[in-house]
Amino acid sequence: MARMKFICDAERCIECNGCVTACKAEHDVPWGVNRRRVVTLNDGVPGEKSISVACMHCSDAPCMAVCPVDCFYRTDEGVVLHDKDVCIGCGYCSYACPFGAPQFPTNGTFGLRGKMDKCTFCAGGPEVNGSEAENEKYGRNRLAEGKLPACAEMCSTKALLGGDGDVVADIFRTRVLQRGKGSEVWGWGTAYGKPTGTKS
Amino acid sequence: MSLKTTVALLGLVTLLAACSEKPQTAHTRKSDSQAWSGAPGDPYSVPGWKAGDQASWEQQMRTRAQGQNEYSRATTQ
Repeated sequence: MARMKFICDAERCIECNGCVTACKAEHDVPWGVNRRRVVTLNDGVPGEKSISVACMHCSDAPCMAVCPVDCFYRTDEGVVLHDKDVCIGCGYCSYACPFGAPQFPTNGTFGLRGKMDKCTFCAGGPEVNGSEAENEKYGRNRLAEGKLPACAEMCSTKALLGGDGDVVADIFRTRVLQRGKGSEVWGWGTAYGKPTGTKS
Repeated sequence: MSLKTTVALLGLVTLLAACSEKPQTAHTRKSDSQAWSGAPGDPYSVPGWKAGDQASWEQQMRTRAQGQNEYSRATTQ
């Protein structure tokens, strides 16, 4: 049984926000809501690192634990989803989530906080797979189309990997073993070649 | 336009503004269908697997994930 997970390689992420754009376009995410975003640590300082963050589809999800109306559920593939018809937009999940994944659109005439919206791992929601209702509430159901999340598949540097946890972990492990560590990864020698000699 | 008409119009606009709100009714959580059951009639489904066959869907996911692995896409020098 597949267990869907994301991994983001901080050595590769170039903060292009392609994943954010892909997600917004694929699911027609409303203004003010970002299901995925890129976080940069030590921005502007040499050695800064960026990482793409969205719902991590936790195995023991705190959002599920605190939801007062029990709108969350986990699919057999380990994807944490929720039913927007049940959500009351209370925001408890937002406080519980360590990744800031739950988002709340300010919609309606009076700018009220709407029902929670978050990354679905491109797996839609409890509506009929690929239906108009599912698309309107949760976006595309790419998993039911035999595809993987748009953000991971669109990533130009393949920093963001998504899919069966065992498979993406193997891909990441192979990459790390091949590229080495430290200055071998992105150092001077990689960019300009190894020094051939030293001047006296 | 008299003050009375203006006030009446403003009141009407305020009242009717709420008409754009969607009705909210209490629900119980619906059960979801499996991803491997596919999306019937979806023209964007990719070939290579059979809807309703869990094993073929899981194989499709593994195959598709290898598209993210440059070590399997290109030969290393």
